Amino acid sequence: MSFFKKSPWIVHYDGASCNGCDIEVLACLTPRYDVERFGCINTGNPKHADILLITGYINHQSEPVVKAIYEQMAEPKVVVAIGICATSGGIFRDCYNTKGGVDTTIPVDVYVPGCAARPESIIDGVVKAIAVLEEKHQAMKKARKAS
Amino acid sequence: MTRNFLAGFAYLLLAPLVGALLAGLDRRITARMQGRRGPPILQPIYDVLKLLAKEPIGVRRHGHFFVFGHLVFMMAAGFEFFFGGDLLIVIFAFALASVFLVLGAYAAHSPFSHIGAERELLQMMAAEPILLLTAMGFYLANGSFRVEYIADHPTPALFLLPGIFAALAFILTIKLRKSPFDLSTSHHAHQEIVKGLTTEFSGLSLALVEIAHWYETIMLLGLFYLFLAPYPLAAVLLVAVVYGLEILLDNTSARMKWQWAMKSSWTTASLLGAINLIVLYYWMGTTP
Repeated sequence: MSFFKKSPWIVHYDGASCNGCDIEVLACLTPRYDVERFGCINTGNPKHADILLITGYINHQSEPVVKAIYEQMAEPKVVVAIGICATSGGIFRDCYNTKGGVDTTIPVDVYVPGCAARPESIIDGVVKAIAVLEEKHQAMKKARKAS
Repeated sequence: MTRNFLAGFAYLLLAPLVGALLAGLDRRITARMQGRRGPPILQPIYDVLKLLAKEPIGVRRHGHFFVFGHLVFMMAAGFEFFFGGDLLIVIFAFALASVFLVLGAYAAHSPFSHIGAERELLQMMAAEPILLLTAMGFYLANGSFRVEYIADHPTPALFLLPGIFAALAFILTIKLRKSPFDLSTSHHAHQEIVKGLTTEFSGLSLALVEIAHWYETIMLLGLFYLFLAPYPLAAVLLVAVVYGLEILLDNTSARMKWQWAMKSSWTTASLLGAINLIVLYYWMGTTP
């Protein structure tokens, strides 16, 4: 029995964009959506988090920050790209300063498109991320047994 | 003596369980106060079991040692208390446990963790005088520092030590790190210093900090029980009221600066605690 399903802790970061998706991420914590009833905590600390929610595209300024946050998270960890900018660069993809979606910088496990992504679809994305988290945890356990 | 050992070991076994359920209830009530449904009551236990399965990423090796020290001395303080031992030893072991946590936070080279550790020291400075006054008050009221004698004394200490009781209730907020005194680290999401004291703890070490906090909560509430120990039902009710007020305060106040925490707690200690002690001393002197 693993408890990743019951207590997915989240850290969120806005790469660069209009910030709309980031506001929708925070909306998930409000009484209307209340993700804490699933055990989600918005930690604000990558070392405590299991799921990294990234909104917005990646540019050359946010790239090292995103990498640092990702590297500081303990395994097993899952990345969710939220909104069309995070998925592919969105309307900013041809801009001179844009690197592209989040997967140009770190491996992404779940994509949640939308502009802005609605809280319902963000929660749906987090639920998918929890399944991936569980898979990674099982893989970790197997690897530990094998070694 | 058997009774003492039974109580002590019951604390070691049951305190984390009761503490976790209390923390779960706390989160549930907090959610209801904010108009949310809130997590399951067992959520703190799920959280800790998950943390134990995470990859260990200690920044420094002795960081773990300090966290173990924190847990062990917290358990020792609580054991001594429920065993019926000396209240002074309980308070000193409790202070030592807090120092271990601060050292653990200092072990990592993170500015957030360092600021959290500094603030935790300030919080200890704010809270420690009242803890000592409490021990002195119990001695004056019941003639002993030993918890078993205090608990068996026929007159409830609450009637003789109302000021000290109020002062202790005041610093409970500091010790539980609830608003307005959640300076060093906070249970709530965002803080100006990330997670402060616990920023650099993750996985196993964070789980141990949580478990130690459950032990801490139960021991502190035990201290409140002691004020009405001759009437167990009333004492449990008193503890419930105190903890309920803590939750209410946590949800209705904003974080204060450390200066305010120091000023307010030392003012409370000297006004309520010390005056209570002085009045009691002279009153005890005049009535044999």
